[in-house]
Amino acid sequence: MRFKYLAGRTMKEIYRDPITVILGVLMPVLLLLLFSTLMGDNELDQFSPDNLLPGIVVFSYAFLTMFSALLLAKDKEQSFLTRLRTSPLRPTDYVLAYTLPYIPIAIVQTFLCMAAALLIGVTISLHMLTVFVILIPTMLVSIGLGLVFGVLLTENQVSAAGSFVLVIASLFSGAWMDLRMIGGVFETVGYALPFAHGVDAARAILAGRGIAGSVIDLVWVLGYAVVLFLVGTVSFRRLLRS
Amino acid sequence: MVEFAITAQGLTKSFKDLVAVDDLDLKIKKGELFSLLGPNGAGKTTTIKMLSTLISPTRGDARLLGYDIKEQRESVRRVTNVSPQENAVAPHLSVRENLVLIGGSYGLERSVINRRCEEYMEMMNIADRAKSQAKTLSGGLQRRLSIAMALITDPEILFLDEPTLGLDPEARRELWKLILGLKGEKTILLTTHYLEEADQLSDRLSIMSGGRIIASGTPDEIKAQFEGKKELTLIGRDFPAEFKSALPYEISQVGERLTLSGAKIDVDRVIELIGLHGVSLEGISMKEPSLEDVYLHLIGKEGER
Repeated sequence: MRFKYLAGRTMKEIYRDPITVILGVLMPVLLLLLFSTLMGDNELDQFSPDNLLPGIVVFSYAFLTMFSALLLAKDKEQSFLTRLRTSPLRPTDYVLAYTLPYIPIAIVQTFLCMAAALLIGVTISLHMLTVFVILIPTMLVSIGLGLVFGVLLTENQVSAAGSFVLVIASLFSGAWMDLRMIGGVFETVGYALPFAHGVDAARAILAGRGIAGSVIDLVWVLGYAVVLFLVGTVSFRRLLRS
Repeated sequence: MVEFAITAQGLTKSFKDLVAVDDLDLKIKKGELFSLLGPNGAGKTTTIKMLSTLISPTRGDARLLGYDIKEQRESVRRVTNVSPQENAVAPHLSVRENLVLIGGSYGLERSVINRRCEEYMEMMNIADRAKSQAKTLSGGLQRRLSIAMALITDPEILFLDEPTLGLDPEARRELWKLILGLKGEKTILLTTHYLEEADQLSDRLSIMSGGRIIASGTPDEIKAQFEGKKELTLIGRDFPAEFKSALPYEISQVGERLTLSGAKIDVDRVIELIGLHGVSLEGISMKEPSLEDVYLHLIGKEGER
């Protein structure tokens, strides 16, 4: 349990930087309310509250990629990791310490988006709880991507890559537009990436199609999460030896 | 019999075509403060990284308190700690939290961590800032915190990599006092490119250039090895030509200052000549070669190779 000290530090670094919390937690909520207001009279199914909610939540997780990658890249470049490398911490300790603290933020993001969604017409049901659980793999994908970027990239590269992920998560998750309706490259790329699968899995639950309607999408997202954490752990091991 | 805390034989580190440290031999006694002095790129930090097991040597061996840096890395890490070149502190954590983080990461019990926190915050004069976030501390205080973080594991060997780099003169001298306070309690290997720092702090030092050690000894021994020029400066209104021609040294005059240079200057003979020629003297000063002169001489010679 030696990782708990470093995990505690990660947690404090996040929560003592209010801009991070405001950007990551409040911006998606504001976006949800804004979209709902702008599209209030629009009868397109795409902008119904049940469709908007999963998209916004998945988009909000992309902020976690940026935050987790930035902290790790900074620690790497400012010798903080050099100091820790002489400690008995193992690669898995680092992976846990640099990822677990983002889960509470992701939970708060999801919770606040759901609370805001209630204001715009999503009805309270047990489905909400299921959606919460269904979105966990997507949450892990974003955190895992941050881990990989943080280990492999420099601080400057992380800023660019983080913004890129935000754009990708926005365009290719199907949050604002139906990828199948657009088709072509958008659909192919979108469904090769995990974000659209995360959104579709949650939408299936809210639409009442049950877990069975989400299984394939879940497998995609879980696959990405596992691969990203494996790559992150192996990369960390190499970083610590380099 | 002298007990050595650090011994290294033929320690070498290459990065592709670059030989960063070349065939380095070191013997550092227990409780000694030993400095590696040299310009940027001399191989000082790479040496510390090898000895602290952060990187593996390409060739050669080193033992720290008997533990082999290649075969017994965990044991080496138990008895050493490093204060890296940059501050390497967590900016949003308080001084105490930074110390607890390192103690906890090394698996120390909480009661031990708490006791050592007090002890080392006191020793490094940062106890009054225990609750301040590290980012609010001055550069000098952050450096003291960084050293306290290295001390919290109670290492027998402490590596200080450029501990006063970037600090203002006042903060540097404050830190020197604190480092001198550790002398004898810990074996300290310090890297620096400040000559005065090496001169003031070290029991012994090695000058490094291009990855190799080019001189070793106590600061006085190194100065004595150097047969550089001494300078005797005479201050007066008028130096007669006969007086100047009688002096068997290189002479240069700027206004009222007459400077005599040579490997050996016979001050008694100069004073005798002053009396003989009736020179009216207002002042006299002698400049011995400093560690800086030795350093520049040696580094210059290396550069010519």
